[in-house]
Amino acid sequence: MTVLMGPSGCGKTTLLRIVAGLDDRFVGEIAIPEDARIGLMFQEPRLLPWRTVLQNIELVVPPDFTEADLEWLASAVGIADILPRFPQELSLGMARRVALARAFATRPDLLLLDEPFVSLDERTADRLRRLLLEVWQARPTTAILVTHNPREAILLADQLVLLAPRPTRVVERVPITIPQAKRDAATVEKIYADLLKRYPANFATS
Amino acid sequence: MTVTFARAAPLTRFRYVRGPLVSILSVLGFLLVWFIAAEIAQSRLLPGPAAVLRYVVDETLHGDMLAELGITLWRVIASFVVAMAIGSVIGLAMGQSPALNRALDPWLIVFLNLPALVIIILAYVWFGLNEAAAIGAVALNKIPNAVVTLREGARALDPGLEEMARAYRLSFWSRLRNVTLPQLQPYFAAASRSGISLIWKIVLVVELLGRPNGVGFELHLNFQLFNVTAILGYTLAFVAVMLAIEYLLVQPIERHTTRWRNKPV
Repeated sequence: MTVLMGPSGCGKTTLLRIVAGLDDRFVGEIAIPEDARIGLMFQEPRLLPWRTVLQNIELVVPPDFTEADLEWLASAVGIADILPRFPQELSLGMARRVALARAFATRPDLLLLDEPFVSLDERTADRLRRLLLEVWQARPTTAILVTHNPREAILLADQLVLLAPRPTRVVERVPITIPQAKRDAATVEKIYADLLKRYPANFATS
Repeated sequence: MTVTFARAAPLTRFRYVRGPLVSILSVLGFLLVWFIAAEIAQSRLLPGPAAVLRYVVDETLHGDMLAELGITLWRVIASFVVAMAIGSVIGLAMGQSPALNRALDPWLIVFLNLPALVIIILAYVWFGLNEAAAIGAVALNKIPNAVVTLREGARALDPGLEEMARAYRLSFWSRLRNVTLPQLQPYFAAASRSGISLIWKIVLVVELLGRPNGVGFELHLNFQLFNVTAILGYTLAFVAVMLAIEYLLVQPIERHTTRWRNKPV
């Protein structure tokens, strides 16, 4: 799990979109296998309003996705009882869960998450972060997550990539070796305080 | 502590004000006014509802009413399908390509403003007094409207959903079926609605000017015979057919395709 962290407007979303193949106006190289499966979570849920939750997920699943896979995914993400609903019946937190399930439903080789928990209240966001970790650890895959929230970055990252404000460049790559399962609130605060001392420019605003 | 009770608006407190009863009473009211007016006028110019209904039943059982209605309906459906198919494709293309839009826009404006009569007469003159010219002329009248509506639809497509479809590598047909067409449904519905009512009026003109059958032909014939009963009879019969299409076909389809809207959060 690589987390790209930087101030608003520095270009981290653009970077993610380039990796996802949505933007091709760039100079440089990206090495991804041709047939790599990509799961993408946008800042907004981007669910099809005219399809039920179940149909939204079924839209993207690979041909070898079974009924059992779907049941596991639905209960792991906590959306089993809203499968027949339409997206506008859902709260933002539930819609984000569905988007998360959809991203995992492709059994991705690469999971890309663009500030997936922004504009949620802290309690819901925290619950969803831990949910992401749970599902991701059950179905491990390479993941890149973009955020401007330092505590979120610290909670989730194996490798934390700090980006400078625009025009951006990589300031530092910080490995965090404590396994995510062991990162409780106190540990996160400790790491945050340490990083704040080492890179005040990046961590001063939270 | 203050407790406020909201009172329902007076009219809706009566349950039976909603629902079909009002529409039925309204129609009966119209028939009553017609009956009274005919009694008062006592003239060939205004036959009463009974006479007209008798004519319709007679013609249906012993005359050509059903055949004429059928032919006119076939022309309506044929022109509608042709106009919507061609108009949608052009409209979508123009909505998604600014260059094409600039190229075709002047033509669009010309055809939008060309009177229906001119198109019909020229079609008959250039292509002959035949079925193809008739249906083509009707379709050509409707195509610019469909183009304008579908062009707006194409411009209103949500780029976020298109991106999501691309990011998840959905196939062309999957994108069309699941992302693009559902967004265009309200625009199709709007184009269809205004289209049908525009088309059947022009079909009657086309039949009057150059076809040997159909409701328009019958109206012209009975106008020359000064048979007002027949004129009103054919009018009523045709309106009844169009209303049947509206309530038995169009509205159920529309309800089905928009059942995902208006669900409460």
